Amino acid sequence: MMRHPVTPPKHPGYQQTAQLGLFTALASILGYIETLFPVFAGIPGIKLGLANLAVLFILIRYSWQKAALVSIARIIIIGAMFGSMFSILYSTAGAALSLAAMTLVLARTDFSIITVSVIGGVTHNIGQLLIAMALMETGSLIYYAPALLISGVVTGILIGALTGELLKRLR
Amino acid sequence: MKKKEVLLILGIVAAAVLLGIGLMLFKSNDGESIRITVDGKEYGTWKLDEDQTIEIKDTNVCEIKDGKVRMIRATCPDHLCMEQAPVDENGGMIVCLPNKVIIEGTNTAGSGNGGGVDAVG
Repeated sequence: MMRHPVTPPKHPGYQQTAQLGLFTALASILGYIETLFPVFAGIPGIKLGLANLAVLFILIRYSWQKAALVSIARIIIIGAMFGSMFSILYSTAGAALSLAAMTLVLARTDFSIITVSVIGGVTHNIGQLLIAMALMETGSLIYYAPALLISGVVTGILIGALTGELLKRLR
Repeated sequence: MKKKEVLLILGIVAAAVLLGIGLMLFKSNDGESIRITVDGKEYGTWKLDEDQTIEIKDTNVCEIKDGKVRMIRATCPDHLCMEQAPVDENGGMIVCLPNKVIIEGTNTAGSGNGGGVDAVG
């Protein structure tokens, strides 16, 4: 598995701005595509996490600040167009925890992109489950935890592999 | 990928499986009835063997038919609750996050096994 570059390649500012805009648009489109899929296995919250592809790419190539910017823009765009206040709240909880965990792992270890992505997927689902439990004031939702953990691992591997290929090909 | 990373990922999967087994052992729902909760407060319990439709506040409507419950109407924008697997005698759960409605399979009368046999309806 390829290593992520330690230092981001030097781009002129305008090119970087263009890339951030491009990836925000990409993340929004991918998020929209996901709303077209039905609920998997009768469990709410199981998704491919396609939008994480764009966030992970920006995180590795640039910085967590820029990844957070793309992530926030994506959540607001998707939430305003296809969701509600609640979906924005759930997305934010998942995305924030996931980005924090991925940033820590990237900074403290030399794990491969796939592992970073798996950790991102799992923590994203944990974040959403926790905020759902807090909002609904119930512990019953813990029954969804095993399925959400497994799906976080599976989608994390997929998204990690895709992002790795993308990083190799996009300079 | 290094061995440490493979172990980490396998560890997460193992934790999920163990948690799943633990929850299954702990649950022991026989699912003869359902409990509906709104906003963390119990809204009521209903038997599964009687076909009927239940209005939950003004937000959701669920239907009991052939021992299965499914959500048939909801005011929320995504309608995810209406696509979730029905709750039947094997238990299960339907959740409508925006309206904070939960339908779950429960033991009859809540006292569970050993509390005397309930009258069969």
